[in-house]
Amino acid sequence: MSRVSVPCHVKGTVALQVGDVRTSQGRPGVLVIDVTFPSVAPFELQEIMFKNYYTAFLSIRVRQHTSTHTPAKWVTCLRDYCLMPDPHSEEGAQEYVSLFKHQMLCDMARVLELRLILRQPSPLWLSFTVEELQIYQQGPKSPSMTFPKWLSHPVPCDQSAPLIEGLPEPSRVSSEVQQMWALTEMIRASHTSTRIGRFDVDGCYDLNLLSYT
Amino acid sequence: MLQEESDLSLVIAQIVQKLKGSNLYAQLERQAWGSWEKRILKSLNSMCTELSIPLARKRPVGEQKELLNKWNEMGTDEPDLSLFRPVYAPKDFLEVLINLRNPNYENGDSLSFRTHLGLIQVPLKVKGIPELKEFFVELGLTTGQLGIDDSTQVPPELFENEHVRIGQKVLAEQDSAAAQQYIRQGSPTALRAELWALILNISSQPEDILYYEQLKTNVIQHDLLVDSLIYKDVKLTASNDDYYFVFEDYLYQVLLCFSRDTSVLGHFAYNSASPPKSYIRGKLGLEEYAVFYPPNGVIPFHGFSMYVAPLCFLYHEPSKLYQIFREMYVRFFFRLHSISSHPSGIVSLCLLFETLLQTYLPQLFYHLREIGAQPLRISFKWMVRAFSGYLATDQLLLLWDRILGYNSLEILAVLAAAVFAFRAVNLMEVTSLAAAEAVLADLSTLKVMPLLQIFLFATVT
Repeated sequence: MSRVSVPCHVKGTVALQVGDVRTSQGRPGVLVIDVTFPSVAPFELQEIMFKNYYTAFLSIRVRQHTSTHTPAKWVTCLRDYCLMPDPHSEEGAQEYVSLFKHQMLCDMARVLELRLILRQPSPLWLSFTVEELQIYQQGPKSPSMTFPKWLSHPVPCDQSAPLIEGLPEPSRVSSEVQQMWALTEMIRASHTSTRIGRFDVDGCYDLNLLSYT
Repeated sequence: MLQEESDLSLVIAQIVQKLKGSNLYAQLERQAWGSWEKRILKSLNSMCTELSIPLARKRPVGEQKELLNKWNEMGTDEPDLSLFRPVYAPKDFLEVLINLRNPNYENGDSLSFRTHLGLIQVPLKVKGIPELKEFFVELGLTTGQLGIDDSTQVPPELFENEHVRIGQKVLAEQDSAAAQQYIRQGSPTALRAELWALILNISSQPEDILYYEQLKTNVIQHDLLVDSLIYKDVKLTASNDDYYFVFEDYLYQVLLCFSRDTSVLGHFAYNSASPPKSYIRGKLGLEEYAVFYPPNGVIPFHGFSMYVAPLCFLYHEPSKLYQIFREMYVRFFFRLHSISSHPSGIVSLCLLFETLLQTYLPQLFYHLREIGAQPLRISFKWMVRAFSGYLATDQLLLLWDRILGYNSLEILAVLAAAVFAFRAVNLMEVTSLAAAEAVLADLSTLKVMPLLQIFLFATVT
């Protein structure tokens, strides 16, 4: 299924912390990233893709366009999705992640804004975020093709074609040709894949020093 | 020799300094590995220029004929190798691993609940004993094992006869997956060669023998600088070993061909390292004349030949021996000398060893640390060589049975911890690193399977 990237504007991360950021000792464990789509009409979200950087859990809230005059409300569409099975260790810390429409808790039909809530409870990491965020909507459907009538409804062949003198029967010829074709396919498939690798260039392996690039 | 050693340690110290001060951000492993690789290349290049020996040279016809005649007894050759030095040794590699740091990791001076008291400072996920018990469930106390239940006191009707019968059936069916499951309980000596070949998917087709002959021709036609490194390594390690010196000629036949085998380049697809590159003389920078050096992309280090030596007990036909070694290398051994976060990679194995020791033998760990004998400094060389050259050969083969059966090298770290546990009483009395090394110098009397079983399943936690 094709997908089309939606240009988005990622606002700077906001750290949520109790108390004064400057004077408190610890690092924030919750970050919020707002994603807006200034130049695009409300669209149907297909996929979210990003590169993780030491975020342990991800929640996403979405604000959708409503047809009535009620103000759009924030709805949680993904709750505490685990990116790192063990927040203290490296597993999953720098992986590429894709989230799809069907994994969301609610319908993503007319998205206006997204809010990503990142959590990293472990005090071991100096910072955490998500990078290379990309949002995709569904691409245009492939143009439907109408099959010509004779392809979808072949005419049943009731009468056999008149036999021409001297030539073999066509059905027998076609079955023999089929068998020969099957044999050639078999031979081609059993072709060995071992290569006799040549490491030299035209018999010459006279080298400079090793290169560092 | 001292001068070269101090040169190399200077080089290592420079890498260490660079790693400490640099602000590595993305892809920590690739950066650290990149500068390590560069140092190896520089070392090889400088050896080339200092000794005025080309990296590669086509042999004159007379020399080719001579080598062909001597092919089965290359060990009798005594070339002057005094000027060659190994490109690196395991302890140099350990220094690089010790200085791996994650720039996003809190490495503050104050001790926190997660301070790494061992040498490895990278927070990779490693298994604890409960997970290891599940993973190695077939090594449990209630399951029969070769290495334990085939000793002379145990009547063979209890386990051994039935186990051999099942092994023969597996071989008759030529079932590779069943063989891998079967070998977790050890392989009977008579069936081992065939079982390993079945698990590694090696069957001697005529084309494989032809391929080996082609490699042999390549060895005869071209002489590589790397060949001298291989000669030196074999002379220093395998030839001096009581068990393996008889196989010296086989080792040359395998390793020299291995260097020319371009199919090994395929493993770099899943190895974070990259093969060294060069250009044909006079065509610097032209991509059509770019080649890999050595042709298989693997520069041997001190002790590399010990990966091949134990296999010589099982396979006597050079082309089959070669295929088995090549497959073992691209499946397992390459992980022991390249940096990655794979659970069987050497970094994870080191961390697993240190974590097991810290968790289950905390007094011993603390004592050794206090006297300046970090346990990893002693066990690293065992793990890098997969214990080859340290254990008795029958025990080593039982260990490698399990590596194949579980498709993982984690058993090396568990065995290393089990050895420390076994000699804990003596180790608690030592007061220096040298004394600790002396306690653990000789592993040739150890029985591998009882040690593993006791450590995993019978230690009170």
